[in-house]
Amino acid sequence: MAGGSAKVELKGVKKRFGDKVVLDGVDLRIDHGESLVVIGGSGTGKSVMIKCVLGILKPDEGQIFVDGKEVTRLRGRARDAVLRKFGMLFQNSALFDSLPVWENVAFGLIQGRGMARDKAHEMAIEKLGKVGLGPEVGALSPAELSGGMQKRVGLARAIAADPEIIFFDEPTTGLDPIMADVINDLIVTTVRDVGATTLSITHDMVSARKIASRIAMLYQGRIIWQGPTAAIDNSGNPFVEQFIHGRAEGPIKMEVRR
Amino acid sequence: MNLFAAIGRVFLLFLRETGALAVFAGDAVTGCIRPPLYWALIGKQMMRIGYFSLPVVGLTAFFTGGVLALQIYNGASRYGAETFVPVVVLVGITRELGPVIAGLMVAGRVAAAIAAEIGTMRVTEQIDALTTLATNPIKYLVVPRLVAAVVSMPILVAIADCIGVLGGYIASTQGLGFNAHLYLSNTVDNVTYNDVSSGLIKAAVFGFIIALMGCYNGFRSKGGAQGVGAATTTAVVSASILLLAANYILTNLLFVK
Repeated sequence: MAGGSAKVELKGVKKRFGDKVVLDGVDLRIDHGESLVVIGGSGTGKSVMIKCVLGILKPDEGQIFVDGKEVTRLRGRARDAVLRKFGMLFQNSALFDSLPVWENVAFGLIQGRGMARDKAHEMAIEKLGKVGLGPEVGALSPAELSGGMQKRVGLARAIAADPEIIFFDEPTTGLDPIMADVINDLIVTTVRDVGATTLSITHDMVSARKIASRIAMLYQGRIIWQGPTAAIDNSGNPFVEQFIHGRAEGPIKMEVRR
Repeated sequence: MNLFAAIGRVFLLFLRETGALAVFAGDAVTGCIRPPLYWALIGKQMMRIGYFSLPVVGLTAFFTGGVLALQIYNGASRYGAETFVPVVVLVGITRELGPVIAGLMVAGRVAAAIAAEIGTMRVTEQIDALTTLATNPIKYLVVPRLVAAVVSMPILVAIADCIGVLGGYIASTQGLGFNAHLYLSNTVDNVTYNDVSSGLIKAAVFGFIIALMGCYNGFRSKGGAQGVGAATTTAVVSASILLLAANYILTNLLFVK
């Protein structure tokens, strides 16, 4: 594994909360333009991994590189400069309920990049169109939208500033199968349009198969398997086998406590 | 159980909490100094923290002033010192009761509201979302509330002072048979710069404490609705206690030479 063209790379990232080791040396590499999906059970540290890359959490050990530059311990303006490359769709959308929908979408443009409000409004309406929402939705408050609509707005917000890297945290959790498929399609098409590198975390195998070019599995704080999406059915790894078939019996033991 | 271990644990917890609060306060204060400042948000928070607290603060100040006049009269008349009622009401309101009563009312109203709002943003990942959109949550959420509270509180207390003195005036002239003209001139003659300004300095400090405790507890809340509820309670209780402790220290600094 050469360090040259990786968009994002994690080397030996460890993170613990108290006595609980969540990440135990994660090595992961996301290449330019690739769509990597990390699968794993609830509480295996998938969200923690993403938050470490974004700098919301500080890893205890290890290094994180974005475009070949180490970003592990950046703060303040240097951190903001790196974050401008990222877009993120949160699990429960995490829309700002004090702001109307369009301002949510335009937030990164107005606050992060200092764009004028009417220009940002125009851009926001355009991005809402990309996720299949009309301009009239822009004036609504996030609380007035259904879960699926909120996800779309969250997606519009994630792509608003044309990020180079987009993270999706459980993009289909809590949606009905049809809406989940709509969101999957939107992710595939919008990501193709923007030309972004993506990292998604999910435990929804339907979603994983649809949006991934490569899949990695996180278990007990380590990446235990990775390979192209097509290879997942012949992984030969008993952990992966158990997970993708959703069996209660197998090497993976359910941990009751997070 | 080892008694010393238990004491040590509590002490370490206390140190950790104090340290975390100090770091948070330091970040917040440096955020107030460094640009950018979100002026529109500061204005909005001044409306919410200052303007909408006016009815509550005004009413409490009015009744407090009235009660103060009644009690002072009651006590002073034993020594034939009724003429001191206007002065004591004035000094009591401007130095102590104005800022403290207003502070406690605003602590209940505003620290709770801030903690609940920011706490909900924390547990719904909205604060993480701010970070990923390259916006510093301290600057965007904490600084406007802190600045608004520090600026609004002295204004609120100045108004509360006037209404409190008015309450004393009405109780004295209507209930106790004071001469209206004499009461007023007695009050006006005795207004001193120090009495009023000391109260306003206290008010600014109380504003800082209230907003800081609201934001700090909101930021630290976790675990959904229950966590937000706990954060709200802690915010109000800690703001009130710190406010009263600060009042003691400030009174010492300002008046005890």
